[in-house]
Amino acid sequence: MTEQKTEPHWPLWEVFIRSKNGLSHRHAGSLHATDATMALQAARDVYTRRGEGHSIWVVPSNAITASDPTDKDVMFEPSESKIYRHPTFYDIPDEVGHM
Amino acid sequence: MYTQALNVKDEPTAAGDPVLEARFQAHVDAELKIEPNDWMPEGYRKTLTRQISQHAHSEIVGMLPEGNWITRAPTLRRKAALLAKVQDEGGHGLYLYSAAETLGTSREQMFEQLLSGKAKYSSIFNYPTLTWADIGAIGWLVDGAAIMNQIPLCRCSYGPYARAMIRICKEESFHQRQGYEIMMTLARGTPEQKAMAQDALNRWWWPSVMMFGPSDTESQHSDQTMRWKIKRFSNDDLRQKFIDATVPQGHFIGLEFPDKDLKFNQETQHWDFGEIDWTEFKRVIAGDGPCNKQRMKQRRAAHDNGRWVREAALAYAEKRRNREAAAKIAAE
Repeated sequence: MTEQKTEPHWPLWEVFIRSKNGLSHRHAGSLHATDATMALQAARDVYTRRGEGHSIWVVPSNAITASDPTDKDVMFEPSESKIYRHPTFYDIPDEVGHM
Repeated sequence: MYTQALNVKDEPTAAGDPVLEARFQAHVDAELKIEPNDWMPEGYRKTLTRQISQHAHSEIVGMLPEGNWITRAPTLRRKAALLAKVQDEGGHGLYLYSAAETLGTSREQMFEQLLSGKAKYSSIFNYPTLTWADIGAIGWLVDGAAIMNQIPLCRCSYGPYARAMIRICKEESFHQRQGYEIMMTLARGTPEQKAMAQDALNRWWWPSVMMFGPSDTESQHSDQTMRWKIKRFSNDDLRQKFIDATVPQGHFIGLEFPDKDLKFNQETQHWDFGEIDWTEFKRVIAGDGPCNKQRMKQRRAAHDNGRWVREAALAYAEKRRNREAAAKIAAE
């Protein structure tokens, strides 16, 4: 198996699938392929064997920029302290009815 | 389909950062998922990498005993179903390799570990598929045992593994049903067909029961994996659950289990069963089962024979990239 180490790796792709009921594309998993055409074909075989999707996106994994999990608090805490962004923050008399 | 509790010692937990470790454990205790870029103890990473990659190898090697019968399936219906099942196993292997890769081991490294014999895979695939009834027995018993093992893994603390297992479990139930249907058809057929089903059950029962791994009294690695919420139930609990579910199914189609000690215990409401031959289990795991050498030989041949395809696909992609780049320059 010595040639194993010299054999070049196939690039990694992330697969996103739009399910039949018209939702947004959603991350389904990843796979290895040499180019986008092959990634699409492989995604069809690997992730839609039971009619899971209507549309597939494939994206080279290294093209994704992700937030750093260690910055989670800094990134998301500000949205948690702003309760006035939620409708329940405001007092409206019941007599006004549904709003 | 097939994870197996192999009797491997816990990875020693290197003295890590106690603050990070405490935070990690609190996160796990709160039933929150660990995701690829989150901090995790080295032992957790190693244990999961080993478990997920062995699970992936089992799926891939598991294609061999069943693939053996695709061309000889008795009807077109059976052939189409078996083909779809074997294709699913390949897919399951791919989901699992992807999950393991998120822990930082490349797919090529994992292939290398399998092909060099360093990595283990489920002992069950080292038994031969001698008759068509074996395909029924595998679906019913082996996939049945796998489902018992895998359902709790859908709640595993590691996100990518849990998500892969949810997909796999959804697809797995067809496998078990098609297997049981094969057994049922044979058991209700001619006396020869029924005998064939009985013979398959006789040969596959004990290896299937062994799939749950060593008894809890022997198993060295349950505590830590339970604490990390990788594993949720003990080997013996899952084994008992499998036996309780399967025995009535066998009796329903008029088959006998090859265990004279098997009897329903009114007190415990469980099926009591006989002694498991652990020397056989250890022998097969260690590489001395009926088909270990053949399976590895076939996997290596498939990998070597596929090399030109992998190389050609890369060369073709590069040629296209170069052409596109050249066309771009020419257009400027």
